[in-house]
Amino acid sequence: MKQPLVEIKDLNVHFEVRDGTVKAIQGASFDIIRGQTTGIIGESGCGKSITAKAIMQMIPRPGKIVKGEILYHFRDKLNPSQEEIINITELDPDGTRIRKIRGGEIGMIFQEPMSSLTPVYTAGYQIGEALNLHRLVPQKVGDQMDTAIMEYRNVTKQEAREIAIDMLQKVGLPKPHERVDSYPHQLSGGQRQRVMIAIALSCDPVMLIADEPTTALDVSIEAQILDLMRDLQEREDMAIMFITHNLGVVAEMAEDIIVMYMGKQVERASSLKVFYEAKHPYTRALLESIPHVGKRDRARLASIKGMVPSPFELPSGCVFHTRCPSFMPGKCDVIEPTWQEIEEDHWVSCLLYEEV
Amino acid sequence: MGNQRGINQIDPSDNFDEIEPVGKVKGKEDQLSQAYWSLVWWKFKKNKLAIVGALIIFLFYTVCGVFPEFFSPYLLNYQSDYLEARPQPLTFKKPDGSFSLRPAVKGLDQELDLITRQRTWVVNEERIYPISFFVKGQPYKLLGFIPSNIHLFGIDTEKYPEGTAFLFGTDRVGRDLLSRILYGGRLSLLLGLIGQALTLILGLVLGAISGYYGGVVDIIVQRLTEFVGAFPDIPLFMALAAAIPVKWSPIIVYFMLTLILVFIRWGGLARQVRGLILSLREREYVLAALSSGANARRIMFRHLIPGTISHVIVIATLMIPGMILSETALSWLGLGLRPPLTSWGVLLQEVSSVRVIRFAPWQLITVPFIIVVVLGFNMLGDGLRDALDPYGGR
Repeated sequence: MKQPLVEIKDLNVHFEVRDGTVKAIQGASFDIIRGQTTGIIGESGCGKSITAKAIMQMIPRPGKIVKGEILYHFRDKLNPSQEEIINITELDPDGTRIRKIRGGEIGMIFQEPMSSLTPVYTAGYQIGEALNLHRLVPQKVGDQMDTAIMEYRNVTKQEAREIAIDMLQKVGLPKPHERVDSYPHQLSGGQRQRVMIAIALSCDPVMLIADEPTTALDVSIEAQILDLMRDLQEREDMAIMFITHNLGVVAEMAEDIIVMYMGKQVERASSLKVFYEAKHPYTRALLESIPHVGKRDRARLASIKGMVPSPFELPSGCVFHTRCPSFMPGKCDVIEPTWQEIEEDHWVSCLLYEEV
Repeated sequence: MGNQRGINQIDPSDNFDEIEPVGKVKGKEDQLSQAYWSLVWWKFKKNKLAIVGALIIFLFYTVCGVFPEFFSPYLLNYQSDYLEARPQPLTFKKPDGSFSLRPAVKGLDQELDLITRQRTWVVNEERIYPISFFVKGQPYKLLGFIPSNIHLFGIDTEKYPEGTAFLFGTDRVGRDLLSRILYGGRLSLLLGLIGQALTLILGLVLGAISGYYGGVVDIIVQRLTEFVGAFPDIPLFMALAAAIPVKWSPIIVYFMLTLILVFIRWGGLARQVRGLILSLREREYVLAALSSGANARRIMFRHLIPGTISHVIVIATLMIPGMILSETALSWLGLGLRPPLTSWGVLLQEVSSVRVIRFAPWQLITVPFIIVVVLGFNMLGDGLRDALDPYGGR
């Protein structure tokens, strides 16, 4: 049973800069499924991180959501049978509602664990900060007949400290009761990323956005962090939006993969299908450009020809046609492909699979 | 399923190796977190000038700022019969003329100079008054509420009812100059401290807002600092000081003067803070705080301003002497504090005539005190600047 958690519909984000308008995202539409890992891959600047920030309503200036909506299926944690649909794009970026969602409903971890923690506070303090904002503790205030009247209060400092220690233990930090008082500079990169994950998970989010969480870490730590995230996901039943440009990592993590190019999704399928039956020429080109161990012929590593087009002058028709190996003149540079399901659960936007 | 999730439910089967009882392990963590400050202290200690500066500042704030009543031999406004008496010389003799380790002062006699028709004070080598320590003298209230009459030093008036101890001489109406300098230091030094604290608050808040929000807010705040900074100081002081009604009680005048000084001087600090915030707000931890739902106020005051503190401490320390000098200058011009308030500026104003400099030059003794305090602050500030960046060169 696939229940959507976040539906992104025809999202367009533009940056008005001096030299013109950068269309960072143009018409992205996809769903994040409850309790499932969705990988988003694509090269640098294709709009992966901007999509993530759009979900948090945190697009940096001068960016703006010009079109589209992001529907968040909100379920009250205390009363999960009711579902309310919130359009995040309509929320005030500084409002109370979005601040409840940030951290409380959707946690986020970043690429740079080195600089993502404020240097002047201990790990425990920074976890406690998030707890203080979002965590509510049920409290029985009395009985009415045989049903208890419950109220919710914020966590106290002592509770926050205990939860912080629990969280640090959960993310596998050794000696959590000592580490809780460590400052960021006393922790290694992997430990800091664990603290970041602890902060993101401390308020029990239903979704975690991981924006290249392991790019800055070395491979053995990377593997540990990925294992940890998978473990925690299973335990907490939480959706993960995993952004990366590392195809190996995404293959390991994600159930569904969305491939983005120039602010548009070009292919979406389960990770097996993306890796073994890729349909879109861009996806195929990406897969071919992975070096293979043991392939000892003299062939040069395949690369995608040409350059990413300037964001100010996007190509007409299909944005990938300037670099596409299966370019069909007269079609690809004129007609914009539509997003369609060509097999069950396999979506592509490419004219090769369209009757035009 | 949703409400089943909960991080309170820690799975006991988690096999983390080193699970120890939850609780604070003292000592070890203190060592860890004190690394930066111990480095700072270590570097500060090596700087002799900075230590001297810190001692000077500490001494002045203890003696003048907190306990002038105890350290001065007379009360602030005690008027003796010795008008414009010269400083009484120190000697190490007993009244009978034999040597003693206990310091003593020689008495003064008034004489009429027959040529200039001027009354002057001459030292009488015969009259010798030993100085007693922790002596009972004029009653006062320590810190404003502890009644006492013990002074650090003075003449035991029971034994020597005639005796006086004017180490720095007296002023036009016969008040002990040393006592007045100690009391005057209280107002001057505290004005520096209070004023700087207010400047700090104003500068930090406006600088942080300006740097964090940017855009229109930034433009408004920056133009405001430029406007205040571009204003000619002295005329503005005169206008503002003239706006203080004469009828106001001295203490309100004092705080108004402090506020005026703060108003003139907050701009520089605000600009420096803005610059620091501009660079800090691009750090990822700001994004991280935002993504966990922190609001702008929290990000500014909890995450950004602490990062600027080591820089701000230095600027603030180096700005205090400017504050003290401004008070002195303004009071000297007659725009600042006025008698009966006594500050260093007021003391200087009392000697601002050729007659005093010609016939009672000892009244200028206030000036070295001001110079020493200003130098002390500068040495301390320089030392702090080097020490607070323990990883830097030099």
